[in-house]
Amino acid sequence: MDVMTSIPGVAAANAPAPQPRELHAHPGRGDRYFNRGASLSGLTVLSVMAAVGIFLGIQAWQALKATGFSFLTTAEWQPDTNKFGIAEVMLGTVLIALVAGIVAFPIAMSAALFITEVAPKWLRSSLVALVDLMAAVPSVVYGLWGLFLLQGQVVGVSRWINTWFGWIPFFAVDGADPNNPLAAATVYTASTLVAGIVVAMMVMPIQCVVMREVFSQVPIGEREGAFALGSTRWGMIRVVSIPFGRGGIIGGTMLGLGRALGETIAVLLIISPVFQINFHVLQQGSNSVSSLIALRYSESSDFSLSALMAAGLVLFGATLVVNFTASWFVARSRSGASSEA
Amino acid sequence: MTAAISQRAANVQQHATTVIPRRSSAASVAPPRRAIGGTSRQDAMALAGAAVSSLCTTMLLFGRLTPLSGRLGFVIVWFLIFLGIYAALLSLTEDRPAVVDRVMAALLTSASVLAGGALASVIIFVLWRGRTALVHSNFFTQDLSVTGPSEPLNVGGITHAIAGTLIMTAISLVLTVPLGVACAVYLNETSSRATGLVRTVVTAMTALPSILAGLFIFATWVLILGFPRSGLAASIAMSIMMLPIIIRSADVVLRLVPGNLREASAALGAPQWRTVWQIVLPTARSGLTTAVILGVARGVGETAPVLLTAGFTNTMNMNPTTSPMVSLPLTAFKLVSAAEPNLIARGFATAAVLMLLVLILFTAARVLGGRPVGRLTKRQARAATAQSARDRLRIDAMSSSANRVPQEMS
Repeated sequence: MDVMTSIPGVAAANAPAPQPRELHAHPGRGDRYFNRGASLSGLTVLSVMAAVGIFLGIQAWQALKATGFSFLTTAEWQPDTNKFGIAEVMLGTVLIALVAGIVAFPIAMSAALFITEVAPKWLRSSLVALVDLMAAVPSVVYGLWGLFLLQGQVVGVSRWINTWFGWIPFFAVDGADPNNPLAAATVYTASTLVAGIVVAMMVMPIQCVVMREVFSQVPIGEREGAFALGSTRWGMIRVVSIPFGRGGIIGGTMLGLGRALGETIAVLLIISPVFQINFHVLQQGSNSVSSLIALRYSESSDFSLSALMAAGLVLFGATLVVNFTASWFVARSRSGASSEA
Repeated sequence: MTAAISQRAANVQQHATTVIPRRSSAASVAPPRRAIGGTSRQDAMALAGAAVSSLCTTMLLFGRLTPLSGRLGFVIVWFLIFLGIYAALLSLTEDRPAVVDRVMAALLTSASVLAGGALASVIIFVLWRGRTALVHSNFFTQDLSVTGPSEPLNVGGITHAIAGTLIMTAISLVLTVPLGVACAVYLNETSSRATGLVRTVVTAMTALPSILAGLFIFATWVLILGFPRSGLAASIAMSIMMLPIIIRSADVVLRLVPGNLREASAALGAPQWRTVWQIVLPTARSGLTTAVILGVARGVGETAPVLLTAGFTNTMNMNPTTSPMVSLPLTAFKLVSAAEPNLIARGFATAAVLMLLVLILFTAARVLGGRPVGRLTKRQARAATAQSARDRLRIDAMSSSANRVPQEMS
């Protein structure tokens, strides 16, 4: 190329290609302090949080060493005679969480779909606020409601289920006589079912928030495509929204279960604690790890406290597993890239 | 449009030999617009008819035909029969996909109504059961120190619990807000490699069952370090519950601050700490406030950690460091655990006060957080305009002094 005018850069064309300029940031004193301070706060939070887990582990060691594997299989709780284990309390915890999940899941899913698809636009933001409010109501309030209002209503349903489906082992009730209409209703009170329904009230909004988030991200093109092909609204939900949000549905459900496992006060108010394996969800008597801790923490001996720590550690592990699985499901779903949780 | 065409066709007809059949006047009127949304009259009739006939059937079942009983059972049976009749009515006129669509819409709607109704019933029930104690003004001005369990409701109140809740919340705020916001800044603004780990641990800690936070503080602060059970111990336990919530919400809010604001600040030569202090945090102020309020709303309602760490008292205690101190949820829990009707009424009233407190906090969070990041209120906008005017004067003064010695500029 015959260049007459001299262009400054071209003159050096034969020279080796210029290296990219190295960028150095010289943080001033203020920025060094800022970075150190910020890192310090991060480390503080990290150490506080880690301390809780590690401390639980260390304290629980004494009790776990004493019982070994039988800690997981023993139903009784008598640390003083060295006979204790979490088989019963863990079973109760899981059963309550399962009942809560079974009650809450359809309602949470329907409410999420209702808010995103069915409700008129002007109603949506208030419905969202209402769901958030449900999540903010303190658990002791739900506990009072469950104990004094809900329990009396559920007893009738429990009796009916027991009368007709009592042959299913889960619905059996020891000491209930379906042929005696005047039998006292007390065998049906303070049951896993009542506790589970109350916990469901707390779990539902958590699940609903995650699901709504996911459903609101359904690509508009796919929705319109379904409508253009002649789909009804439910048809669109079935073939577009639900498959799109599957990760969020599973993840949200599990997040709620994680919360249900750790619920204390509402469960403590409602159940009457027993220490024998009780599969019967309609029958009086249940237990959970957290209510066990709330009832027994003031016992003076170090060893029984260590036993409670061990139970707490197992509960903590279970919630961690459930929550991380939930986050994993939400994050790897198609919609999860930008959603929280 | 159609009318004009048919007019022209009529004109043409007079001159040409081809005969265009005269359109009937009915055809020239534009067809009515098809309704694509809303509910038709037929739908509404089907819905109302199904509701009424299912109600009648259920009443017949419960009253005459079968020995069914119970209010909850009545509603369940009514709803199931309603769904069946509604589907049957629709299938008289609609095809299958339309019937399924309507029935599913009815299901989704009623599940949402069920959830809303449950929330309403919780709020109304607690207020209703607490009304007998709430109407006495002494409930808000006295404590329970000299009130026996069976004394009437015009003696004794919950000032000690209200004061306890306020003191514990204040201490928790002092502990969590600086640490939480600093940690959120650390997660977003620094390029440290440990941010991933910290974020994972914080996420894990939102799953910590509240009773374990209480157990942890009980075992360390009370048993090992030997401090008494007190308001301070309860505040620390509450802080452990609130901290992850505040950090996570603040983290999300800071992430929403536009990056070009940071870059503009850096391009103007501001060091990083000034960018954070004067650009990032003020921009995210309303969101950070919401994060803190949501954390408080969660912390205020926590019962389990307070149960293990605060002890229990019926007297007013303003000193958080030494003697037992109670909070509203703990008082409500203890009061309803007693079997005295008057104590239970007080417990419900305490729960109602707690619920109203959470409601107020929650509304405040909604009002403050309804504003997107960086959008200013009118007052903030006026303040910002005034500040720029002052800056302009300052810069003008600087540049006029700089003009006198232009060599220094280059």
